[in-house]
Amino acid sequence: METVRTKNEQQFIISASPHIRSEETTSRIMWTVSAALLPAAISAAYFFGPKAIFLIALAIVSAVGSEYLYQRALNKPVSVADGSAVLTGLLLGLNLPPTVPFYIPIIGAVVAIVLTKQLFGGLGFNVFNPALIGRAFLLISFPKLMTIWAEPTAQFVKMDAKTTATPLGIMKTEGLAKLMEIFGDKMHLYQDLLIGSRAGSLGETSAIAVLLGAAFLMARGYISWHIPVSFLGSAALVAWIFGAKGMLFAGDPILHLLSGGILLGSFFMATDYVTSPSVKKGQIVFGIGCGLLTMLIRLKGGYPEGVMFAILIMNCFAPLIDRSFKSDVFGAVKVKKEAKQ
Amino acid sequence: MGLATFRGGVHPPDKKELAKQSAITPTRPPKRVIIPLSQHIGAPCKLAVGIGQEVRKGEVIGTPEGFVSAPVHSSVAGKVTGIVDCPTAIGRMVPAVVIENNGSEEWAPLKDNPDYLSLKPEDLRAKVKDAGIVGMGGAAFPTHVKLSPPKEKPVDVVILNGAECEPYLTADYRLMIERPQDVVEGLKVIMRIVGVTKGFIGIEENKPDAVEIMSKAVAGEPNLKVITCAVKYPQGAEKMLIKACVDRVVPARALPMDCGVVVQNIGTAVAIFEAARYGKPLIERVVTVTGEGVREPKNLLVKVGTMIADLVEECGGLKEDTAKVISGGPMMGFAISTLETPVTKGTSGVLALPESEVRHADTFGPCIRCGRCIEACPMGLMPSMISITAEKGFYEETKAYNLYDCFECGTCTYVCPSKRPIVHLVRLAKSQVKP
Repeated sequence: METVRTKNEQQFIISASPHIRSEETTSRIMWTVSAALLPAAISAAYFFGPKAIFLIALAIVSAVGSEYLYQRALNKPVSVADGSAVLTGLLLGLNLPPTVPFYIPIIGAVVAIVLTKQLFGGLGFNVFNPALIGRAFLLISFPKLMTIWAEPTAQFVKMDAKTTATPLGIMKTEGLAKLMEIFGDKMHLYQDLLIGSRAGSLGETSAIAVLLGAAFLMARGYISWHIPVSFLGSAALVAWIFGAKGMLFAGDPILHLLSGGILLGSFFMATDYVTSPSVKKGQIVFGIGCGLLTMLIRLKGGYPEGVMFAILIMNCFAPLIDRSFKSDVFGAVKVKKEAKQ
Repeated sequence: MGLATFRGGVHPPDKKELAKQSAITPTRPPKRVIIPLSQHIGAPCKLAVGIGQEVRKGEVIGTPEGFVSAPVHSSVAGKVTGIVDCPTAIGRMVPAVVIENNGSEEWAPLKDNPDYLSLKPEDLRAKVKDAGIVGMGGAAFPTHVKLSPPKEKPVDVVILNGAECEPYLTADYRLMIERPQDVVEGLKVIMRIVGVTKGFIGIEENKPDAVEIMSKAVAGEPNLKVITCAVKYPQGAEKMLIKACVDRVVPARALPMDCGVVVQNIGTAVAIFEAARYGKPLIERVVTVTGEGVREPKNLLVKVGTMIADLVEECGGLKEDTAKVISGGPMMGFAISTLETPVTKGTSGVLALPESEVRHADTFGPCIRCGRCIEACPMGLMPSMISITAEKGFYEETKAYNLYDCFECGTCTYVCPSKRPIVHLVRLAKSQVKP
């Protein structure tokens, strides 16, 4: 249908105010967070060889592929360009042991994307962190495969077949003394944990690589300090008070903060927008919950590492936490106080 | 020492450089004006003239109905040639008086008051009402009503709103640097009407020359003070301005007078001065015609009832790629469908935005709960939850998220990375529920 335009009658668009928007988009956020994980991915390749890249790539491709196929099958608009599936695949890949066979990242990615995210309504509607549910599913379904760890080699060469236990695993089954024996002394242990020359999941071993990416995200305002600081702070506190066998206030908080997936978890997984509280005060409660649960599982639970389950349990509480903190309305508190008087 | 400010808010590029150098210039006299009888919050005016009647500038053409209403005056001398339905900025059609300009510029008789500051407060208030003054920041609330706080709500502070936090707009800025004395005199009249001794002028830091000039203008007055505010939208919102200038919190769903404050726009203050001193009714105002879609942005002194098309023509016309024309500022202004819309007492700006500066609202993503809107909301609300519940039609549920504390400033919608039309959803919810 033709619209007649007279010389003075230009066609204007009408919509509600505001008529301008900031430059930030959801895609840009997703791709930026993925970029911040590159140091961790590179360290994975450095310590565990080409297989690391293979596993991570497989996880990403499976994540994107399953989202694409699901949305096409159900005639929904395809949203893979927003980068959220890529990010989930990348996080899942970084959370895997370096020894797993090829079908592990594929199954994990399908569970993460289809079960955890798409079936709940897609981006923004999932209750649980998709990558972590994927990993939890794998751990429970393939307990042996998901707990075979390898000694890191250096400089991107193919891994040795030699298997070993993670530092947290050694602490759980054989005690702190044995861990010290293996690494030499405390300083050497810390150094290895910081750099990444120890067994663990692909992305968690190098503390420095994780912290580098996290610092970048924080500097750019993509994540705030509330969750990581309260997560790590409460974990450190519990580690110090209860971490030593037989004695109180004699634990090693640094050892616990550098071991396992707590850095990767607190900066990249607990801070996932969709599954954590939106209100800043609520984020502190969320972080403290994650820290306490992580240490509870590490010290008293059956697993050597508790970050994954701690975050998933706190994911359940995120909406409740948000609802408890929502009444910070300008002018409201004063009215209540005056009414009480 | 930190600048006066409030919690939340956002800082879009202010784009003031497009029009800030343009001194206020009167437009060419309009050949005819179309003056709506409803230019303010409250009951529309009753028609007071007939077709064929000759009127002079400043003559009453619409009388107020009820207390919350203000008279409307002719902005030109000429003949009433018709009563038509004309579009307002929000698209509603309202009755309006068409007056053909006879070019004589003859005024209706006005009363000079050189001693205006010694007039009784009730007399000054009556002059404000008779002059048809309404809030010129955009809300167009009848000013004499705002200046009549009931006895139970004692007012001790008056604040002039020189923040002009909307991007692009420079009308108040130009008034402050060109007519600082008139602004101060207007403030004094307001203070006399409501009986207060403390007056403040809040100005954002991106107008340092205005801060300097206004500070000089109040230098001899010990009870008047200029407060420099941090540059943040919506600093010019009443509640945020009060928080920043005098650190008082207006109670939720209440008015500034509930914490002892009256706020007035800079343009309104100048109009009040002119009404008190010269008996001049509100028939013209400064309008910033700006935006990347206008060839020559200017600050114009415009007669009420002039068509926006004429203003645009006087500014060189619109560029080819203009996508939206907005009455007001880009954050809270109204997109108009036609340039044949008259300027009213509340029209602070005409903004032409090209395709590149506009973001269309037809596609948007899901809420990813990033919390940017919550951090930015100056009222401490959760715009994300209002948008999610309203999007799905759960309008009653939006009330649990303090729907009625939202004054639709648009800060949330500006920062949303999923480009959700949050203000639109708020308005939708408000239209579907009862408070």
